Amino acid sequence: MGMISAGAARLLQSLAVLLVMSFVVYGLMGLMPGDPIDLMIAGDPHLTAADAVRLKLLYGLDRPWTERWLRWLLQVLHGELGYSRLYARPVLAAMLPAMLNTATLMAASLVVTLAVALPLGIAASLRPGSLLDGAVNLLAFASVSLPVFWLGLMLIVVFAVTLAWLPAGGMAEATAGGAGVLAHLVLPVGALALAGIGQYARHMRAAMMAEAGHDYIRTAKAKGCSPWRVVLGHQLRNALIPITTIVALEVGGLFSGALITETVFAWPGMGRLIYDSVMGNDFNLALSGLLLATAVTLLGSILADLAYWRLDPRVRRRS
Amino acid sequence: MTRCGAAILIVLLLAAGLAPLILPPPDALDLAARFAAPSPEHLLGTDELGRDLAARLLHGGRISLTVAVATAVLAALIGTAIGMVAGYHGGVADALLMRLTDGVMALPLLPLLIVLAAADPVKLGVPAAAMDSEGFAIGRLVVIIACVGWTTVARLVRASTLSVRARDYVRAAVAMGASPGRIMLCHILPNIASPVVVATTLSVGNIILIESALSFLGLGIRPPLASWGNMLTGAMDVVWSTPALAVWPGAAIFLTVTAFNLLGDGLQRALNPRGDWAETAH
Repeated sequence: MGMISAGAARLLQSLAVLLVMSFVVYGLMGLMPGDPIDLMIAGDPHLTAADAVRLKLLYGLDRPWTERWLRWLLQVLHGELGYSRLYARPVLAAMLPAMLNTATLMAASLVVTLAVALPLGIAASLRPGSLLDGAVNLLAFASVSLPVFWLGLMLIVVFAVTLAWLPAGGMAEATAGGAGVLAHLVLPVGALALAGIGQYARHMRAAMMAEAGHDYIRTAKAKGCSPWRVVLGHQLRNALIPITTIVALEVGGLFSGALITETVFAWPGMGRLIYDSVMGNDFNLALSGLLLATAVTLLGSILADLAYWRLDPRVRRRS
Repeated sequence: MTRCGAAILIVLLLAAGLAPLILPPPDALDLAARFAAPSPEHLLGTDELGRDLAARLLHGGRISLTVAVATAVLAALIGTAIGMVAGYHGGVADALLMRLTDGVMALPLLPLLIVLAAADPVKLGVPAAAMDSEGFAIGRLVVIIACVGWTTVARLVRASTLSVRARDYVRAAVAMGASPGRIMLCHILPNIASPVVVATTLSVGNIILIESALSFLGLGIRPPLASWGNMLTGAMDVVWSTPALAVWPGAAIFLTVTAFNLLGDGLQRALNPRGDWAETAH
């Protein structure tokens, strides 16, 4: 019961953050250079000054922006996200492929990152002070100081320009099939994974070390479990709880990383869509894109709490 | 390691300071000598417009460092003010300010910064003539990044204020009739300064990364003004013909951020030997 009310409170709080964010972003969009009507006039020489006034009235642009924001909000609540000027189609239709592409990039890099980082972290925790442990520490320290877009550029320089093994950017056409898509994924995923492996390995090591001193480990050893079984069956299972939380909390960070990585590799995802729509004065698209990014981040932190509650019976009993 | 970080920063500051005296001006075009290889005349060669790469690197470094340090200080000031008021007054003020902090922390950083950076200063009443100056470009970025960067310090200061507030010397000051403002500035602030200094130092590296990302996207420091981020944008356009151009600015970012992180870690160890400020860890 406590969990449900706590969850509801979190959900309400997140909705409030979303609402405030939409208000602020709506206000900020009005501060962008240019004006939608001016852009329409620039795009169509037949429009006269009278048309401009008519259009202004039609779109309600003569009203204060707070009122326009309310109207926009009502529309969104009716499931109407509006029309993207830049892509010349409904916002949802423009966003869906981009969402899919970003989700692919994020999921692939998360899988690769964890597949490398978790074993590294476990190995480092088993031999503290060893060469491997030092290397993990160094990698973690280096990766917080490394701009991910430069890492991407260096990967392009080495693997696309110098060695010509992989494409430098873009996304394979649907006709290219699985191998083509995969080839285009390697470098962006590589950049994101390289930037994340050090951190996750260090977190994994810390989580394993925190469990190492507990009584249940000693009990397991005392009753004759093999060392592997103690580490993987007992210690790891508990150490994964904080890692799950960190993964969920890092969704927002991963999204920001994906945004700039998409720019370097010309990957047609949400990051590029948000960037292009903000730069191109595409109000509807930019608003929806930014709110989606915020929602994903908020969802990540709710998931983190939920996972913690689900995985750790002690937390469940306390609440 | 701390000395290592400090040494890197001192060398960097000296080089950036001395650059105008030894190196050619960073904006001098020489279209006849585009993409020149390193030579005694151009230590690291020239870029796509024949500008001296070493000079631009150091000039860009000066700007990046100025932005980062100024932002870190401004963010620390905002965060300290908010955190101290929340921690000292408690109650409704605390609840409101901390919800605000949580809300800002929950936002996706880069998309938000893109919107903030894309806003047109002219629509806010800034005269168009002032916009091209170096000072304005720097100030704009400082304000934008500080707007979202104060949350860590605010939480840290609130936690520290809560623990200091209950001490006897604070209660004695209250009993003697000191105003809340005086108590916060004269009694609490000096006692929570060390964690703030450490957190601020550690944040500089992160801000350099954010600034370079924004400049790389064309939203931070804009050409012809040099910054490490926008030098990489230029380098990306010619990566197929001159990949070497992309190496230096990124290496400079990496080195500088590492130096600040080493310095911050060292300060933390020196000022907090027991390691009991959980929240400063990045």
